[in-house]
Amino acid sequence: MDWDWDFVWQIMPTLIQGVKITILATILGSILAAIVGLGIALGRRSENPLVSRSISWFAEFIRGTPLLVQLYFIFYVLPDIGILLPPLVAGVIGLGLHYGTYTAEVYRAGIDNVPRGQWEAAKACNLNGRHTWTHIILPQAIPPMIPALANYFIAMFKETPLLSAITVLELMNQAKSVANTYYRYIEPMTLVGAFFLVISLCSVVLLRWLEHRYGRIER
Amino acid sequence: MPAPIIKIDAISKSFGTFKVLDGLSMQVMPGEKLALIGPSGSGKTTILRILMTLEKIDGGHIQVDGEQLYHMERNGQLLPADERHLARMRQKIGMVFQLFNLFPHKCVMDNVTLAPMLTKGVARAAAEKRAMELLDMVGLADKAKAMPAQLSGGQKQRVAIARALALSPKIMLFDEVTSALDPELVEEVLNVMRKLAAETDMTMLLVTHEMGFAHDFADRVLFFDRGRIVEEGKPDEIFRHPKQERTQSFLKKIIAAGHRV
Repeated sequence: MDWDWDFVWQIMPTLIQGVKITILATILGSILAAIVGLGIALGRRSENPLVSRSISWFAEFIRGTPLLVQLYFIFYVLPDIGILLPPLVAGVIGLGLHYGTYTAEVYRAGIDNVPRGQWEAAKACNLNGRHTWTHIILPQAIPPMIPALANYFIAMFKETPLLSAITVLELMNQAKSVANTYYRYIEPMTLVGAFFLVISLCSVVLLRWLEHRYGRIER
Repeated sequence: MPAPIIKIDAISKSFGTFKVLDGLSMQVMPGEKLALIGPSGSGKTTILRILMTLEKIDGGHIQVDGEQLYHMERNGQLLPADERHLARMRQKIGMVFQLFNLFPHKCVMDNVTLAPMLTKGVARAAAEKRAMELLDMVGLADKAKAMPAQLSGGQKQRVAIARALALSPKIMLFDEVTSALDPELVEEVLNVMRKLAAETDMTMLLVTHEMGFAHDFADRVLFFDRGRIVEEGKPDEIFRHPKQERTQSFLKKIIAAGHRV
């Protein structure tokens, strides 16, 4: 087993293409997860039991099944009913839905942590439901939960190799294809690990900063 | 004689199996300053919370400023109030809370201007002008840009009063507004309330354990026990010559606990 630096430089442009897609999928998936999570958290609080029940059931269903299975469904099964999605779009939807069910719990905790007095003050100020959410509750609920959300987004980042199963040309898929072309695995796979490690470590620094910046709120 | 601004008719309210209010009726005249006193759990705070629509009633009727609070008249029938009706009725009422409940993520100015701008569509410049007048009235004009966390309890409570006044309610509810304050900060809040009573003809209901203040401030005092009005009258009658034994023993306990009457 010998390490070939020339081979490393030869495959580097291909891998960097993959890294770009991996990062893009993570960012888009995170945005979708943040939105889906908020939607689930709000839907579960609905006064209409039909809405809150079906949202809860949906979230449990998504969380109780593997992401890989969900990706296969979105990419390979949905076309049977006429929904044909490009690989990256299917991947982002899969990541966003799956992680949305987790971020929903973060939102729930964040919203529950806003003291009851804030709801009452909003009512005494005669704010309507929408204004209460947008001006009073969410601005207080979201900052303390940014570190927890970021944690899930880092976890999601490390799950993106699953997207290779639905032909997204992210880092893992690119590495596999060069490895299969040249029958050399050590360099591509080591580099995949190294890329993930470096980006994860940078994210952890960012996370610490977020915790410091948003972790607590002054009352 | 003018019509009462608040007319409570046989309302009842339970929390689980605990009946807080049981067929309570009372009236408040426009401009009246009313003190609600009594032991904790006697239902006095619940009345304020019901008037602010923070709690629903189980039965009975409430009229505020000539209109049903929890019911709407439609074709001669009384229907349960919808959110739009409640929102319109809430405009008549403002409330100040024991724990201030300022919006901690907004500066003092924004706390005061938020509701007028959102609920009444007041332009920012006009809302800020009015807010400065109110902050000046409560003696905090220099704190307009401060965040709530930078204020003392007494200052927070004065901002909370300004915030409630910004919506120009006809009725103000004060729920134990000095109970959470350090003793040396109580007076600055009470002074604002005295000023408010002297300068406006607002109807004011206060739940309080400050018997001395209730005595000087109120036109009428209601003594509550177990969800009923045990005794009511002019402050001197209640505090100097209480007729009911329950009132006497309550006041004795309060004095023994070090409160001034």
